[in-house]
Amino acid sequence: MIYLDNAATTKVSEEVFEAMKPYFCEQYANPSAIYSFAGKAMKAVEESRKSIADLIGAQSNEIYFTAGGSESDNWAVKSAAECCKAKGKHIITSTIEHHAVLHTCQYLEKQGYEVTYVNVDEHGVIRLDELEAAIRPDTILITVMAANNEIGTIQPLKEIGALAKKGGILFHTDAVQAYGHIPLDVDELGIDMLSASGHKFHGPKGIGFLYVRKGVRIGSFVHGGAQERSRRAGTLNVPGIVGIGAAACRAAASMQERQERETALRDHLIRRVLAEIPFSRLNGHGTDRLPGNANFCFRFIEGESLLILLDQQGICASSGSACTSGSLDPSHVLLAIGLPHEIAHGSLRLTLSEETTMEDIDHTVDVVKKIVERLRSMSPLYEDFIRQNRKKDEEA
Amino acid sequence: MYSEKVMDHFSNPRNVGEIENPSGVGTVGNAKCGDIMRMYLDIDENGVIQEAKFKTFGCGAAVATSSMATELVKGRTVRQALEVTNKAVMEALDGLPPEKVHCSLLAEEAIHAALWDYAEKNHITIDGLEKP
Repeated sequence: MIYLDNAATTKVSEEVFEAMKPYFCEQYANPSAIYSFAGKAMKAVEESRKSIADLIGAQSNEIYFTAGGSESDNWAVKSAAECCKAKGKHIITSTIEHHAVLHTCQYLEKQGYEVTYVNVDEHGVIRLDELEAAIRPDTILITVMAANNEIGTIQPLKEIGALAKKGGILFHTDAVQAYGHIPLDVDELGIDMLSASGHKFHGPKGIGFLYVRKGVRIGSFVHGGAQERSRRAGTLNVPGIVGIGAAACRAAASMQERQERETALRDHLIRRVLAEIPFSRLNGHGTDRLPGNANFCFRFIEGESLLILLDQQGICASSGSACTSGSLDPSHVLLAIGLPHEIAHGSLRLTLSEETTMEDIDHTVDVVKKIVERLRSMSPLYEDFIRQNRKKDEEA
Repeated sequence: MYSEKVMDHFSNPRNVGEIENPSGVGTVGNAKCGDIMRMYLDIDENGVIQEAKFKTFGCGAAVATSSMATELVKGRTVRQALEVTNKAVMEALDGLPPEKVHCSLLAEEAIHAALWDYAEKNHITIDGLEKP
C-alpha cells in the first residue's frame, strides 16, 4: 500500500506510541487527583504542554488541550464572538476555510453576527486588499487558516496579523495542516489564537489544542470541571496529551530536514504529472504551499472514479469531487480559486509524509497516468473534445 | 460503500465505447453536477436492440449504472427497454447508497434519450416515451 492521504491523517510514529503506552495501564491516574500517583500523570501533561508551546514560541499557560482541530476552531470562533459582542458583531474569514470554521461562522450568522468571506486569488492566497477593506469599527475577529487542507496554499499570516493588530481585532488561525510542518511563531505572526490537531503530525487522534494569547479573554467551552484552568472541563486525555507532546517534540527536531525532503519529492511529483499527463493542472500556489501537498485537476474525468481505481492499485488518495463529499457540488476551495465545476470534479489530492519515498511517487505517477487515460477513453466529455479538435484541424 | 455488483460493473464495465451511425444516441446529465452519460443504441428493423454502448463521465455509481443499463437493454425490444427503469437498474446492481440514487435515474434517462433520438430519426412514436 502507498499512503498518500497524510492531510487526512498520519500514522502515529513509533516513538510517539511508545511514549503514550505507560499512560494506559500503568500511569492511569486522573491527573487532577491529590495523591502522588496522580502527580506523574500531571507532570507528563505539563511537559507536553511545554513542548507544544515551544514549537510556536508560546508559553505553556497559553495552551488549552481539546479533542482536536474542529473543537479548537469552534471554541476560538464562538468564544471570540461571545466575548467581544459588546464591541461588535462582525467577523472576517476567507472563502476557503475548513468547514469547522465556515460552518461555525454560518451558525453565528444565524445568531445575529455578520460575516465577511474574503476571496482568494487563483493560487488560493487571500486577497489582502479585500481583507483590509472589509475591516470595520465593529469587526471583532479575523479567522484565516495558516495553510489550506486541500490545495496546501500557505497564507500571508504576518500581513494578516499586522492588519488585525492595527484594527485592534483578534486574529485566529486554523493551523491544523501547518502546525508541525512549517515554522510558526505566534509573536512574529501576530496570532492571538491558533488551532491544531495531533493526528496531522504523527500524533494520536482525538487530541488537539487551542493556543490563546495571554490577556485574550476566552469563555469556557465545556462546563463542568476545573480542568484547563476552568476553560475546558473533562478529565484530561493523558495518553493523547503525552502523544501530541511527543509528536510536537519530534516535529520540532526534524522540521527542516522533513521540509526539504518532502518539498523535493513533492516538486518531483508535480513536475512529472504536469509533464506526462495532458490536460492536467496544479491547484494551489507553486511554491508557497505545504511541503507535502500536491493537488491536481485532470480534465474530462471525475475524481471518485479515479480514487476507486487508485485504491484497487493500493494507493490511498483523496479528491475534492462532489461524489466524495456527499453533496452535488465539488470542493468549495477549488471553486473559490476560480475553477469551473466540471474541472473541479476531476481533482486529486496527494499528500506526502516523512515515510514517502521517491519510488512511491514514481509508481503513483505511473498508475495515475494509466487510470486517467482509461477514464478519458470512456468519457463523453473527452470524446466531444477530440471530435471538436478534429473538426478544427479539418477546417484549418 | 458500494455493493460487489457495483464494484464489478465499475471495474469491468460492459459495453464501453461508441457505435458508428447508431440508430439512436442520447446524452444526459450535466458536467456541472459531475455526471454525464451518453448511450448509443443499434436497433434492427424489428425494433430489437442489437447493440448498446456507453460513455460516462462520473463517479463509480454513474459508470456502474451505465454499464448495467446497457446490459439490461441489449437483446430487448424498444418496448421492453422502456421498462428498464432506474429501480430495475438499481435492483440489478444490488442497490446503491442513497446519495447515488440519482445515478440510476440518469441511466434511465440515457436509455430514454437514445430511444427518443431513434424515434425522431425514424419518424415514429413510441408509446409511453416522453421527450427527455
